[in-house]
This record gives sequence, structure tokens and C-alpha cells, in this order.
Amino acid sequence: MNSRRKFLRDVLAFLVSGSAIGGVFQILPAKVLAKEAPRKGKWYGFGVSVDKCIGCTRCVEACKTETDVPREPFFTRTWVERYIIKRNGDAIVNTVETKPEGVPDSAADRSILRSFFVPKLCNQCADPPCVQVCPVGATFQTDDGVVLVNSKTCIGCRYCIQACPYGARYLHPRTRTADKCTFCYHRVSQNLLPACVEVCPTQARIFGDLNSVASPLARFRRMNKIHVLKPGLNTEPKVYYASLDGEVR
Amino acid sequence: MKKFLSKMPDALVRLLVVFLGLIFVGAFVVIVLIPKPMKDVKIQWADAVKREQAMPVQYAGFHACAECHDKIYEKKKTGYHKDLSCETCHGPAKAHTQDPDKFKPAIPKERSFCPLCHAYNPSRPRGFPQINPVAHNPLKACAACHNPHDPKPPTTPKECSACHGEIARTKAVSHHVQLECTVCHQALQQHKISPRSVKPTKPQNREFCGKCHAKDAKDKLARNAPKVDLSTHGEKYVCWQCHYPHSPEVEE
Repeated sequence: MNSRRKFLRDVLAFLVSGSAIGGVFQILPAKVLAKEAPRKGKWYGFGVSVDKCIGCTRCVEACKTETDVPREPFFTRTWVERYIIKRNGDAIVNTVETKPEGVPDSAADRSILRSFFVPKLCNQCADPPCVQVCPVGATFQTDDGVVLVNSKTCIGCRYCIQACPYGARYLHPRTRTADKCTFCYHRVSQNLLPACVEVCPTQARIFGDLNSVASPLARFRRMNKIHVLKPGLNTEPKVYYASLDGEVR
Repeated sequence: MKKFLSKMPDALVRLLVVFLGLIFVGAFVVIVLIPKPMKDVKIQWADAVKREQAMPVQYAGFHACAECHDKIYEKKKTGYHKDLSCETCHGPAKAHTQDPDKFKPAIPKERSFCPLCHAYNPSRPRGFPQINPVAHNPLKACAACHNPHDPKPPTTPKECSACHGEIARTKAVSHHVQLECTVCHQALQQHKISPRSVKPTKPQNREFCGKCHAKDAKDKLARNAPKVDLSTHGEKYVCWQCHYPHSPEVEE
């Protein structure tokens, strides 16, 4: 056999063996990790009615009381953003303080086009980037679709905080581990509502089981035009927003 | 086999024994000594879920309150605060449900509490009841006039601005500042008592605005009003599709 034919045969064999190995070991871990909604059992989701939020931050207060979140404004599992859209197209976003705010100086500021509040929290993505990047497997998705942090194995490397496109995670200053919204997993497993949903005075927050046909969340998703945050990232968030402004990221 | 071993140099055999020993010790450590939960991430996750579920609950939920405080619950059920959970104002009360005498939930009485929701804020949705805490009966406690379990205006509001503050403030800085609300809207007395079931009238057509703004307007209010020719000025639309009547300035 001449050497050229042998060379080509070897190259072909190499390529075939490579694709075979790739097929066996499934070199796309992201696709393997992504979970589909289970046919049976719970699959928790969340609804936010942007039109109803009055920015009173009772949810933030309740969240910090219910769970072990530090009182300082910087550390939050849920927070409320104020959007101010200017006539020139600028969007000013700031987080609403939990202290009472003074009456804004000018209600008739002509440079403001529109202004509104947007409650934010962990989107409990069906395909969570934070789970993919954790080097020690400390953050994971439960069978009912809630992303939790195992604080016993978390090494506090902050990789997940960087990976979260929604800025929903923070490093707990005392435990030095990543912390995030759990949908109040301890309350939900006792058939109670998450603390923020419990105290919301205008029902701007809705919690429920996406697999259920008759949960308030199912009705919310049926009756409203629904949008999710950053749909282009394919994280498949399970926090659904009604009447969301196009400027909201 | 023996022949093969004897053929090998002594140094190599010793090296092999050392390596085999290391492999054996390594396997022993990994398989026997390291406990299973440290190796299996599934077991760690199950533990984490259990820990998460065992966290203490602070907010008891509104069902728990209704069991004892049924009178207040019944009263609240029909008022504007019907969707409000008790613990929104009174704070977390799980401890109160376990030992009602020892732990009492807070009763927020200070004037700074209600404005957390009801202070005027331009980012709040339209129609949400809002007041200016500085101007609204200063120094008086909110509960002196409004029952928090069934909030209502204590007296029938005289001025439209008592409820429609946002419109009043907008109108106050517009060219329509001199116009009374009743020039354009007729509000029945019943609207002040039952605002959502009896609604005030609104202008229906272009001719209504034309009473002041048409070329041949006769109305005495219309003396200084800008005049347009109704037949050529935006004939296809009604006026308020372009001009907001409470702040009708044309943007330059």
C-alpha cells in the first residue's frame, strides 16, 4: 500500500474515532443539565404584574425577615427597581430603598416620559447558567424546578454570581457562600406562600405550580400578555412578567 | 511467571511492589475511607433540600390570623384592603400563633407607616390612592380618620383633587389651570360615595373642545384660548388623541 493512501485512511479513522468518542461522552454538558418540566409533580413558577407594583418594598422587608438576608441594602434576594424613561430615550434605573422616600421634588418634570417599578428576584431558570458553572456542584436544581445553593459545599468562588445574567445572587457576608432566592422553599413545602407573595399589598406577585391547571399562576399566565427577562439567553426563566416595558432588562 | 519475574531486575520488581501498594492504598482511601456523601453529589443535594425545608418560618400566612381574629377578618374582607395580608402591616406573626400571650405583633401607628404605600410617587400606577404626607392633615394619626381594616375617606371629598391628585397636580401647571373640573366633567353626588360604579361624564366629540378653541368660539371662557379651524385641524381625530386635556401644551 502506498503511503499516501495509508495516510488518508489513518486521518479518516482518526476523525471517525473522534466523533464516536464525542458521541459517547456527550460533550455538551449544558444540554444534559437542562431540565424539562416533569409530567408529574410540582414545577414552581412566579408571576409579576408590573402594572400593580407600587414600589412599597414590603416584599424586600419580608424577604429579609423571613430568610437570613443581611439588613444592608446591598444584599438582597428580591429587590424593586425604579425605571425612569426620559424623553431623550435614556433609561435611569435604581433600586428602591426600603426606607420611606421623600415625595419626589417635581411631579411635572417634563423630561420624564414614563416611570414605573419592576420587582426582581431569581428567575429560577429551567436551564440555569449558575448551575452549569459551579465547580463543586454546590448549586443545583430540585425536582420541582427551584435552584438552591448547598451552603455546606459552596466554596464562595463567586463564579455563579458572575454567571447569573439577572444579578440575582450575592455572597453572604457571614457564611461567605453564595446566596439566592429559594422561592421560600421552607414555606412552599409547608403549603405556605413565599414571604414576598404573602405580604404584597397589591397582588403584584403571584406564586404557583406551573403544572397545575387551576393555580393563580396558571390564571395569570392565561389572562395576561407574558414576557420573561432576557429571553435571548435561552435560560428559560420561570418568573413571568405581565405588562413589562421594553426598556426593562 | 516465576521465570518471567526472575528475569526482571530486582529494582524493577521493588518499584512495581511500591506502585501496587500505592494504588491499593489509594483505592482503599477512595472506596472505603471517604464517606459516601462526600463523593455522591446527589446525597449532598438531598441533604441541602432537607436543610432548606427545616428553616424556621416567620410569616404565618393570612389563614392563621383568621382562625382567632375572625371579626377583623370579616370586616377586612369587604373593604379596599381585602387583598392585604394581615402581616403586611403587623409584621411576621408565626411566633404569635405559637404563643399568643408572649409575643404580640406590632401595630404600626406612626404617621410614617401608611405613606410607605400611600405617599404620592409618580412611578406608582395611576389610580392608586395616594396623598401628600406633608400637606394631608399634618400631625394627625392616619387611624384617626381612616379605619385601616376598612379604609374609606372619612367625609365625602369636596374637591375632585382629594382623589384625583395626579390629574390636579398636572392641571395645576398647565394652561387649563383656571378651568374647574366641572367645565368638562359632570360628576353626580353618588360618584363621591361609590366612585367606581358611578362615573363622571367625559366630553364625547370635537365640538366640545370647539366651544373654546374653534375659530368662531363664543364662550366667554374662550377669549384667550388658541383658536383652530376645526374643519382642517386634524379632522380625522378627536382632540384628546393628540392633546392631553389636563396638560394640553403642544410640544415644540
